[in-house]
Amino acid sequence: MEQLAQQLVNGLALGSIYALIALGYTMVYGIIQLINFAHGDVYMVGAYVGYFCMVHLNLGFVESLVIAMAVCTVLGVVIERVAYKPLRKSTRIAVLITAIGVSLLLEYTMMFFVGADTRTYGVLPPFMEQSFNVGGVLITMKQIIIIGVSVLLMVVLQYIVRRTKVGKAMRAVSQDADAARLMGISVDNTISFTFALGSALAGAAGVLVGVYYNAINPLMGVLPGLKAFIAAVFGGIGLIPGALLGGYFIGAAETLVSGYWSSLYTDAVVFGILILVLIFKPTGLLGSNVREKV
Amino acid sequence: MSILDVKQLTRSFGGLTAVSHVDLTLDQGELVGLIGPNGAGKTTVFNLLTGVYPPSSGTIVFSAHGQTTSIGGKAPYAICRAGIGRTFQNIRLFKELTVLENVMIAFQQNQRYPLPTSLLRLPGFGRAEDEIRDGARELLEVMHLGHKAEEYAVNLSYGEQRHLEIARALATRPTLLLLDEPAAGMNPTETANLTRLITQIRQDFGLTILLIEHDMSLVMQICERIYVLDHGIVIASGTPDEVRSDPKVIEAYLGEEVDHA
Repeated sequence: MEQLAQQLVNGLALGSIYALIALGYTMVYGIIQLINFAHGDVYMVGAYVGYFCMVHLNLGFVESLVIAMAVCTVLGVVIERVAYKPLRKSTRIAVLITAIGVSLLLEYTMMFFVGADTRTYGVLPPFMEQSFNVGGVLITMKQIIIIGVSVLLMVVLQYIVRRTKVGKAMRAVSQDADAARLMGISVDNTISFTFALGSALAGAAGVLVGVYYNAINPLMGVLPGLKAFIAAVFGGIGLIPGALLGGYFIGAAETLVSGYWSSLYTDAVVFGILILVLIFKPTGLLGSNVREKV
Repeated sequence: MSILDVKQLTRSFGGLTAVSHVDLTLDQGELVGLIGPNGAGKTTVFNLLTGVYPPSSGTIVFSAHGQTTSIGGKAPYAICRAGIGRTFQNIRLFKELTVLENVMIAFQQNQRYPLPTSLLRLPGFGRAEDEIRDGARELLEVMHLGHKAEEYAVNLSYGEQRHLEIARALATRPTLLLLDEPAAGMNPTETANLTRLITQIRQDFGLTILLIEHDMSLVMQICERIYVLDHGIVIASGTPDEVRSDPKVIEAYLGEEVDHA
């Protein structure tokens, strides 16, 4: 029982990270039907910016988090403007392959500049190294921070999407881009804003992971990127609640598998889940079957 | 004073000329009909006026708020903000949003408050947001949809969806409103109600209206002038009576008269 609770706490922390990344995938998919394979690498860049701020500039955690998010926001918008926007009228497969290209470009550009070695965030401020024993379950301060920051960001995101002008524009564009255009919405700006939001969340996830696992490298975005993608598909790609649900589900599944079975099998199980979802409910848990428009 | 001045407007798709050398003028406050058989190019004219695609040739000059701009080939959102609002023949609401949200979205595009204000909920934002909500509700009342504000657009009846399209178009604060078959699929009672509504909003909002419609009872009743389009060419224009008796119009609709000698 205690072990189960322990694994669920761990799963909640890991799941928060997946959910943050999955949100970016799902929002971008929702608005331009693109699986942005470079998204995991934006998360990697976020982790490096956080590393640079905390280790080289000696900034605090919060400042580093904010800076990483800001840098990733700009990066996301630049990627969209330079790589995807010129392809707006091309086939989906052309944009998809471009996304893979952008992903490789980010990974190996980073490797060129910082080398391929794994780096650590070093010694964290003492308050972040605390941990609490709650009825036999060990909860670390890092986990609390990860979950807290993630939930805070999700609430802010929800607020932006539901309440603000640009959030409403995002929802309008994702439903009918042409009609939105004719209602005075600048579709290009709305798409850029979506990339900005998603990338900011990915940047935050990068810093949180850097703090949590204390190890980053230029290829760290590949696997979590894929898993967050699975999380988004699991919940129903294009749906924000789906990304949250999927993120936490995949996180919990992973920690339970490694806790009760072996960490060797976590990836196999996660990808197994993807296969099952695609076979039995391709639109995801919260997705509805969409009629093809004629 | 003319608000819209279209000259020699032409649009081809591949080898097909959908709209050919169309001249069309609208004066401030007019209610003008655009009619013609199916496939005559009426919706294409609307799409050119709203920037869905650029004209192959010809000019569109729009005057509103004391500004005269050439809008041929401009981006749809820019044209919308300049003051041309429209509805769609095949209803294109944001189906998964509520009725109120549909209108608020259109409303908000003309509201200018910077994002930080809305994020931090600065005083300016709360007020602006309330104004938008109130404004949107008012428009819904005008279009008899007040009681449906919280419903999802997809759950409205066909006629209500058409009303919502007009409310949403009004929310973009147009000076020129383009209505693409607003009465399509409505029964005679609904059409009569809509006819009254169109006259009313034109007066209340000081609109100039260009209207595509197949329902002749509506067109003949409320339009002051009518343009008749056939195969992309304006074959007649004038008052409803002039148009009704024009042999070319009768021919376009009913086919050539056979001479029984």
